[in-house]
Amino acid sequence: MDAIAVISIFTLAVFVGFEVVSKVSSTLHTPLMSGANAIHGVILVGAIIVADHSENNLELGLSLAAIVLATINMVGGFVVTDRMLEMFKPKKQEEKK
Amino acid sequence: MSSTLYSLIGLGAGVAFILALKGLSHPKTARRGNLIGAFGATVATLSVFLYVTPTHGEKVGHSLPLHNFWWIIGAIAVGLVIGVPAARKVEMTQMPQLVALFNGVGGGAAALVAIVEYLNLGAEATTAEVIFTVFTVVVGCVSFSGSIITFMKLQELMTTRPVVFPGGRFVIAGTLAAVLGVSVWVVSAMGTTPLLVLALLSLLFGVLFVLPVGGADVPIVISLLNAFTGLTVAASGYVLSSTLLIIAGTLVGASGTILTRLMAEAMGRSLLGTLFGAFTAKPQEATGAAEERPVRSGSAEDVAILLNYARRVVIVPGFGLAVAQAQHTVRELADLMISKGIDVAYGIHPVAGRMPGHMNVLLAEANVPYDQLAEMDEVNPTFGQTDVAIVIGANDVVNPAAQTTPGCPIYGMPILDVSNAGNIVFLKRSMRPGFAGIENELLYDPKTMLLFGDAKASLTKVVSALKSL
Repeated sequence: MDAIAVISIFTLAVFVGFEVVSKVSSTLHTPLMSGANAIHGVILVGAIIVADHSENNLELGLSLAAIVLATINMVGGFVVTDRMLEMFKPKKQEEKK
Repeated sequence: MSSTLYSLIGLGAGVAFILALKGLSHPKTARRGNLIGAFGATVATLSVFLYVTPTHGEKVGHSLPLHNFWWIIGAIAVGLVIGVPAARKVEMTQMPQLVALFNGVGGGAAALVAIVEYLNLGAEATTAEVIFTVFTVVVGCVSFSGSIITFMKLQELMTTRPVVFPGGRFVIAGTLAAVLGVSVWVVSAMGTTPLLVLALLSLLFGVLFVLPVGGADVPIVISLLNAFTGLTVAASGYVLSSTLLIIAGTLVGASGTILTRLMAEAMGRSLLGTLFGAFTAKPQEATGAAEERPVRSGSAEDVAILLNYARRVVIVPGFGLAVAQAQHTVRELADLMISKGIDVAYGIHPVAGRMPGHMNVLLAEANVPYDQLAEMDEVNPTFGQTDVAIVIGANDVVNPAAQTTPGCPIYGMPILDVSNAGNIVFLKRSMRPGFAGIENELLYDPKTMLLFGDAKASLTKVVSALKSL
């Protein structure tokens, strides 16, 4: 991959990442951390790619382990975040902020 | 699927993740934000099945389906069977350690992905690719083993106090030096054995890095390791030529860093102090023998009488409340007091529970009205006009040691100033100190009354005593 393209994507993503969460009330720190945690579960995509590339049993075994772990991270992360946020939902109208 | 379409889907998923983080930053849009993130991740995962990423040095991939297709499906199924029930069944009190665990397995997955791709590339790997692989393996392994330790601390499978052994900082510095040295070795020699050694050393470093962290700082470390895992995902995105992984990983790395700083600020902690605690921590002298000082303990009736004649009561809930599953009983008590014309508020410390915002989640689960929950800055000035502060299963968040004892593990953390209230009632199981393991002077204050016992049982007694008055 073109090095300049990678550096550009990386730099811009850093700034976007900084900007989107710059002001968050402490109430949402835990769900936000949990949601961000689920997003990096997308390493599942990488795990599937290396499973496809695997040429022997060792590589396949390691990449299947990576798939299991990444799936737990991604799916479990989104589900648990939703459960946390579900509890805030019925009281939306009474919220001040 | 063409590579253009595949890349565009990846870009779309990246945008979905940005929207997800933005949504999660505001109470009204948080849930929708999370769903957008889940949608983006699902679409991205499906797209890899329709486009074969070329292996190193080739222009196009082999024809569909993916090699090892059924193995991949099987492994995903295993992950679902483990992850979904764990996420659905976990008690809300135990949710922080589950998040820590999910983060750890993500870091482990990133490290494994990097190792496989390294084995696969063999001698064809460029220096840049090896450097990124080394980064992913080191940070992924640290995140994995570090998260396991935070999990064990939160689950109280091990002591929640800082674990510091004599000469510990030299061991840690030595391990870090070894990690860096072996990293150079891997980059120059490019062998499988050095990489394996590197992975093991990194796992060890992760353990040593988190052991000296005290109970109160654990959430900050989880957040930091979360940001680390994001960066490893970005690095493996470079090795696998996946724009999506670079975007997603960098976003989590950057937002995770900011979030870590915000959390540290909310808790009045220095981020650097937490980070390098491992290098500066000194073994703590055992804090004197268990002191036998007089405390004033009362009965449920005494507490009920106190409450009956109060005009304003502030309830300070802590993790002990959640452990005893007393959220519903405390709401019953609050409702009863309100019906008697008493002004009631809940004073919520930013880190009440085990993580910032954890207590809000727990009380929301018990349908406590949102407008009765007052944040610390809001409630602190009102303690002077408060007749009774009821501290239920909380300790560290009201411990004046945070302001008076430099050097104690929670020094500098803002606290709820319950000592300004007319009377203080502590509902506690025992005299055992809180999560941070520090003695609380407030327990010996003459205005303090202690009601020992399980929070739920004690509250039930107070409710019935108050009803009969």
